Amino acid sequence: MTQSQSAYFLSDAQPPTRRHTLAVLVDNEPGVLARIAGMFSGRGYNIESLTVSETEHEKHVSRITIVTTGTEKTIEQIKTQLDRLVPVHRVVDLTVQGEALERELCLVKVRGKGDARVEALRLAGAFGARTLDATLNSFVFELTGTTEEVERFIRLMGVVGLVEVSRTGIAAMSRGAEGMLEAALPDGAQGR
Amino acid sequence: MSREMTGAEMVIQALIDQGVSTLFGYPGGAVLPIYDALFQQDSVKHVLVRHEQGAVHAAEGYARSSGKVGVVLVTSGPGATNAVTGLTDALLDSIPIVCFTGQVPTHLIGSDAFQEADTVGITRHCTKHNYLVKSIEDLPRVLHEAFYVAQNGRPGPVVIDIPKDIQFKSGKYEKPRDNQHKTYRPQIKGDLGKIKTAVEMIAKAKRPVFYTGGGVINSGPHAAALLRELVRATGYPITSTLMGLGAYPANDPQWLGMLGMHGTYEANLAMHGCDLMVNIGARFDDRITGRIDAFSPGSKKIHIDIDPSSINKNVKVDLGIVGDCAHVLEDMVRLWKDVAGEVDKPAQKAWWLQIDGWRARKSLAYRNATDVIKPQYALERLEALTQGRKRFITTEVGQHQMWAAQYLHFDEPNRWMTSGGLGTMGYGLPAAVGVQLAHPKDLVVCVAGEASVLMNMQEMSTAAQYRLPIKIFILNNEYMGMVRQWQELLHGGRYSESYSAALPDFVKLAEAYHAKGIRCDDPAKLDAAIMEMIDYPGPVIFDCLVAKEENCFPMIPSGKAHNEMILPDFEGDTGEIIDAKGKQLV
Ligand SMILES: Cc1cc2nc3c(=O)[nH]c(=O)nc-3n(C[C@H](O)[C@H](O)[C@H](O)COP(=O)(O)OP(=O)(O)OC[C@H]3O[C@@H](n4cnc5c(N)ncnc54)[C@H](O)[C@@H]3O)c2cc1C
Ligand SMILES: Cc1ncc(C[n+]2csc(CCOP(=O)(O)OP(=O)(O)O)c2C)c(N)n1
Ligand SMILES: [Mg+2]
Repeated sequence: MTQSQSAYFLSDAQPPTRRHTLAVLVDNEPGVLARIAGMFSGRGYNIESLTVSETEHEKHVSRITIVTTGTEKTIEQIKTQLDRLVPVHRVVDLTVQGEALERELCLVKVRGKGDARVEALRLAGAFGARTLDATLNSFVFELTGTTEEVERFIRLMGVVGLVEVSRTGIAAMSRGAEGMLEAALPDGAQGR
Repeated sequence: MSREMTGAEMVIQALIDQGVSTLFGYPGGAVLPIYDALFQQDSVKHVLVRHEQGAVHAAEGYARSSGKVGVVLVTSGPGATNAVTGLTDALLDSIPIVCFTGQVPTHLIGSDAFQEADTVGITRHCTKHNYLVKSIEDLPRVLHEAFYVAQNGRPGPVVIDIPKDIQFKSGKYEKPRDNQHKTYRPQIKGDLGKIKTAVEMIAKAKRPVFYTGGGVINSGPHAAALLRELVRATGYPITSTLMGLGAYPANDPQWLGMLGMHGTYEANLAMHGCDLMVNIGARFDDRITGRIDAFSPGSKKIHIDIDPSSINKNVKVDLGIVGDCAHVLEDMVRLWKDVAGEVDKPAQKAWWLQIDGWRARKSLAYRNATDVIKPQYALERLEALTQGRKRFITTEVGQHQMWAAQYLHFDEPNRWMTSGGLGTMGYGLPAAVGVQLAHPKDLVVCVAGEASVLMNMQEMSTAAQYRLPIKIFILNNEYMGMVRQWQELLHGGRYSESYSAALPDFVKLAEAYHAKGIRCDDPAKLDAAIMEMIDYPGPVIFDCLVAKEENCFPMIPSGKAHNEMILPDFEGDTGEIIDAKGKQLV
């Protein structure tokens, strides 16, 4: 993670970092994802998870959910740097708004025979995963849950014959009645 | 009202509708339809440069000196990649540029076609925004949107990549509208409650200082006028960054000179010792702050900036105000009247006494000589001999640039064009071309180093073709002086590859470019030589042979605080000043 942006920052002390989930509304125009990913890489910020999909087809607006970790100062910079990108309409920090709902979906393929196979099915049941495909020596499970649940599930599947994992990354939303477009804006942020 | 025309014609029509009279460009296969449309009209003047980097710098000079958008037209592939340095320069210095690049026809994109480059991919990181236009229906909107984005909010370069088939296609052209982008709306007015707090903080402070920057110039001459009004009304000292010179007149008693790495003693110590810092349109660049943890430790800080990401980026401030300088200053001037009575006059007097003590240190003094021209002396003479004229200065990058900032005086905004953020050698000469085109009747001088000026020397051809009487004033020390100075300070005087060997004969070079060449190495003859340069009606290259190993002081060495400056009368081993940790910094 980057320190201060200044070349003159000589202190080695590191302030605490925190994980934030940002929801970003953008014009779904060519290159917009490259612009956002490029801003993160170019300025040395990290992306833990990024999901994107058009949410309002008529208006060509996409919602991007980004999970990133940084000091308070870095997170503020990330938000203002996102907000100044021309196709970005709105940046909302779901972590600041309170405990946001976060879910991701994973597909997991396991292969095995005998006890391992039975155990895999039992664990999937315990996690509430759905079985999407089964052969005599394999399963494909689907699990939706928090990142922690998904991680735990994948770790356990590792013991019973994990072959392949595919994850969607995080979809997130604040709790309560208020929509993200109604959230209060910081000074200078573009409510568009 | 909409009219049917080709994409190429739309480009020209949009330039006319956006009030563009001059564009800088270089033709090639992928922009031939636009060049054909240019040929058939005479509303827009095309200036043929000799290298696409020169086109962008010329457009930057044009833009910075006139307040308009600089416009560039280049071909695909190598034309676009040559423009990249100029675009990056404009991005870092917040200069509004619209750059048209040709592209291979849409059906060939991605096939490694002849002169194909992924221009939007390459320029994504060095533009404020960019567009690849894939359908003629989008073109009119994109053309106008680009001008809107380039000038509104924090200005910057915008690229429009237009495939050749789109230039040939016909479609409906639309005139520009207000607020051309559907959602991009930067905040212009500052929060009134915060502005009120700001003026109260100023009135209550005992040792405030105004620290202003390029944002005041970006905001326009009106912002500079309001800044003067506010600063004079308060009676407090003001300093500026390299990019903000001219917003406040250098001949004013409240002016402390430039601050930062090569700033004056009084400006830097006022920044270090103030109890309130009022940053107006500057970005706490590392050339200013030095060591962040030792930067003005005892002060409260106010920051006015149009770009919210500038606030709290490098330095945490106590009060951030998002808005355009002119708009915020207007409110400040008005609100100041309510609080002016609260100023602590004895404290103000004590603050000025302390500053006068620092001033008495005369940090810009230098030891002059009679046998050799000192670069500082050359600039002092240039200043004296051009005073009272409407004079525009551009610079290259290096020691001469810093000396120009220190020894030339700027009393008006938009008269000083330099590459600050990127520090691009090769900026000054083409920038002078652009400035002269915007101000045909005025004196335009490029203060250059012998190394930098060679980087875009070919633009002398442009000056010759358009009869632009630019004056290239080279402080020729036969070294990449700034590099040599750092090698002296940091690397034991081992001058690795920093000697300017095999230099051309600049007088003959001038003549080869149909210009006048003047050489001077004698302080006694300098005035007459400078006058000869000024009086000559055409372009001049002045080869001013100066002391070879002069250092540029004052200087805050890397990794040191503002109160640890090296002054010109430093006596000791320059190789011992910077410690191991400081040597890692840039
Ligand atoms: C060799 C070399 C040495 C240098 N040494 C020094 C030195 O000693 N001292 C020095 O000062 N510089 C020096 N520089 C320049 C330095 O690198 C920076 O370019 C410069 O300090 C930045 O100036 P600025 O802070 O005014 O910001 P700019 O780059 O001019 O940025 C302007 C700021 O104002 C904001 N802004 C833009 N428009 C508006 C508006 N309308 N309203 C409100 N805000 C607006 C922008 O968002 C931005 O934050 C040196 C450069 C070189 C190449
Ligand atoms: C394009 C580019 N390359 C390299 C540098 C690094 N650099 C900064 S100053 C300088 C030397 C400039 O020499 P000169 O033009 O003679 O100016 P002087 O410092 O001698 O006044 C160099 C090489 C730069 N700023 N830009
Ligand atoms: Mg030199």
